[in-house]
Amino acid sequence: MHNFLRREILFLRRPLNLTSRVLLLLAAGALAAAIFLPLWKIHLVAPQYREGLALDIFSHKLVGGNGGQDLHEINTLNHYIGMKTLSQADFAEMTWMPFALGGFCLLALRAAVIGRMASIVDLGVLFLYFTAFSLGNFYYRLHTYGHTLDPRAPMTIEPFTPVMLGSQKIANFVQTSLPQSGGYMLAVFIALLFAAAWCSRKELP
Amino acid sequence: MKKSLLISATLATALLPFSGCNPPGQKSAGETKTASAGTPAARTYVAPGDKDEYYLFYSGGHSGQVYVAGIPSMRHISTIPVFAPYPATGYGFDEESKKMLGDYSWGDVHHPGLSKKDGVYDGRFLFVNDNANNRVARISLSDFKTHQILGPIPNSSGNHGSSFVTDNTEYVLVASRFSVPLPKGRYADPKDYEKEFNGMLSGIKVDPQSGEMSVGWQILTPPFDWDLGSTGKGPSEGWAFWTSYNTEMAHETLEATSTQGERDYAAVVNWRAAEAAVKEGKATMLDGVPVIDPAKVPGVLYFMPVPKSPHGIDTDPSGRWIAAGGKLQPVASVFDFEKIMAAIAKKDFESEFRGVPVIRYESVLEGSVPVGLGPLHTQFDGRGNAYTSLYIESVVAKWKLPPWTAEEKADLNKVILDKIDVHYNIGHLVLGGGDTKKPYGDYLVAMNKLSKGRHLSVGPSQPESSQLIDVTGQKMAMLYEAFTEPEPHFAQIIKADTVNAIEVYPKADNKHPHAVWEAKDTGVVRNGNKVEVKMIAIRSRFIPDRIDTQEGDELTIHITNVEQTTDMIHGIGIIEQNMNVVIDPGETKTLKVTMTKTGVFPFYCTNFCSALHQEMQGYLTVKPAPTAETAAK
Repeated sequence: MHNFLRREILFLRRPLNLTSRVLLLLAAGALAAAIFLPLWKIHLVAPQYREGLALDIFSHKLVGGNGGQDLHEINTLNHYIGMKTLSQADFAEMTWMPFALGGFCLLALRAAVIGRMASIVDLGVLFLYFTAFSLGNFYYRLHTYGHTLDPRAPMTIEPFTPVMLGSQKIANFVQTSLPQSGGYMLAVFIALLFAAAWCSRKELP
Repeated sequence: MKKSLLISATLATALLPFSGCNPPGQKSAGETKTASAGTPAARTYVAPGDKDEYYLFYSGGHSGQVYVAGIPSMRHISTIPVFAPYPATGYGFDEESKKMLGDYSWGDVHHPGLSKKDGVYDGRFLFVNDNANNRVARISLSDFKTHQILGPIPNSSGNHGSSFVTDNTEYVLVASRFSVPLPKGRYADPKDYEKEFNGMLSGIKVDPQSGEMSVGWQILTPPFDWDLGSTGKGPSEGWAFWTSYNTEMAHETLEATSTQGERDYAAVVNWRAAEAAVKEGKATMLDGVPVIDPAKVPGVLYFMPVPKSPHGIDTDPSGRWIAAGGKLQPVASVFDFEKIMAAIAKKDFESEFRGVPVIRYESVLEGSVPVGLGPLHTQFDGRGNAYTSLYIESVVAKWKLPPWTAEEKADLNKVILDKIDVHYNIGHLVLGGGDTKKPYGDYLVAMNKLSKGRHLSVGPSQPESSQLIDVTGQKMAMLYEAFTEPEPHFAQIIKADTVNAIEVYPKADNKHPHAVWEAKDTGVVRNGNKVEVKMIAIRSRFIPDRIDTQEGDELTIHITNVEQTTDMIHGIGIIEQNMNVVIDPGETKTLKVTMTKTGVFPFYCTNFCSALHQEMQGYLTVKPAPTAETAAK
């Protein structure tokens, strides 16, 4: 145990070599890109919507495909089952999410400059927590929208949760939900943190 | 080595068509059917979900409309209402289309003409004429709707010789079939026809950007009955030609009196000179239009004799050969535009008629091709062949255009290449791009005047038959037959990909002053006895869905279909108010009804829109007007 703690202290005090610092810079870049790229896409296909209806979720906005028209169409269809209108204004997280990502971006730059393994660990832990929170929140949102259906709606369907990753059939639609370039950037960020730590794992303090 | 290079080059070009991507439903270029493969059934079969290669725009004759079909399937796809109300699209019910129709509820559509650029179709507009009420309409091919109806055109009566579009859509050219005393509204005894009546050739100016039409200029003519025409191209660009069938200037029992002469005069018009003459102030204003007297302005109009009451006069793709159908003579007369120019330059005229030179017939005729009985109208395939419809013979004749060999010239029967029977009594025919510099040259549609029971019996009022003919081979091949509403005259065929039609009206482009898009902006406003409603239609409700009025009120509804989804069309029909307006996605229309009856009048969506379309309804209430008694309370 004593040994383990010593190794841990030693590890956290390891300086970062040039490679690791460059990887951290790249990680900051990936995160900066994620602010502007779509994180996730929900896609709906039915016989009469062969090209499908698309909804792109960004850190700061909700964008319907087909020049924004698909969002109107999804809302028009959803009103038949009594689902609440999807509107960007209802997503408070879209106001702070870009800043949170920006903050992590700054922390990555700080780690690159300070050059300590401890900074990477801090950043990684915080970011993993943030990711878990975001995914959980996303699921909660989907669940809430699918479970608060207006009882006076023309069509009554069993409450449901739209799928978050993969495909499922809802009435006449096949709904598919997958991460997009922005979402992958978040994964790339985590991978780069690990890579940065790995490259300096033998550096002597 | 060279050989292998050649083979690989051929392979590369053969693979090229596969490298492009195609919009859904369109065949990839690699599997496009050639008209020479397989049976007629296979060649005309467009599988469910596939699309036709060409649009066919039929004139609807006295139905007043234009029909759209596909080639090679010959399937009727849609109807474009032009000169007559059409409840299917609410045309003629809303204020906008009512205003276009004016005082008329029908028209007689004869000759559609597509807009052109550099002598080939550009896919922007389709112009059609109204023979009955002297109008020209412009259909936009971006939404397949009538956008403008011009007319009745002043000083022009019986707008049959139209719509002939110049090479760059500078003008739609129009000629009068009937002569009347001018200006219109003047009385004269038809006995004084020769002296008091006049015909007219008109240049309808087209705005290059918007397509907006206006009357540019007119040329006064003797009271001949102008028939069909065509515009020049290439060497004859800037010129136009019309036939006439009453050079006798008869005014009663024309079937005998107007067919006495051996020849009638065709008009050879230098429309650029007409345009310039008006600019130079050489025209006189008549009923608000600058009219040129050709006797006073030389170089604008020439007469050219053509055998016996001709019908069509068509310029070939090269612009040099002009073929006129003799109608009452079994020949197609071919004139050489180069010789026409030479005759004009040399003043080689046989006479003069009311101050207009008559070009010497023998000097300009290249030959009379003995096509057969009743030649009417000629089209071209771009490979040096002409196709003439023979009404009496019920045949399409294929013949070779000049230049002819000495042997052919000696016996012009030798240039007749093929004949094919049609069923029955063909009037016009159309070849894809047949009036342009570059015909497609694969399909021909014969528009027959009689079908004589070649279909399931529908009683005495019989449809017209149209037949699709493959002209790619040496011999013409009959492919298919379709039936249409009365009555196609001419038609136009255009490649599908030349046309770029929208599927919804983008919200951003809606310029209607009373369009609203949100429920909160809708409402009913009363102003005296005028009630004005701003309404939206969306699956599956009208907002507002209750309108309260009083007897004697004038109700105006501005209704916006706020959908932006393809085919999400709504309608509003008001019970017992003779009102049905149909609104396409993103469109706003205005309708007016005067409340003459009291009671409650349900209104509902007439164009099926969704699973709850039946529930899309509302109520219009009309209270009795207050009497002295009720007002006192």
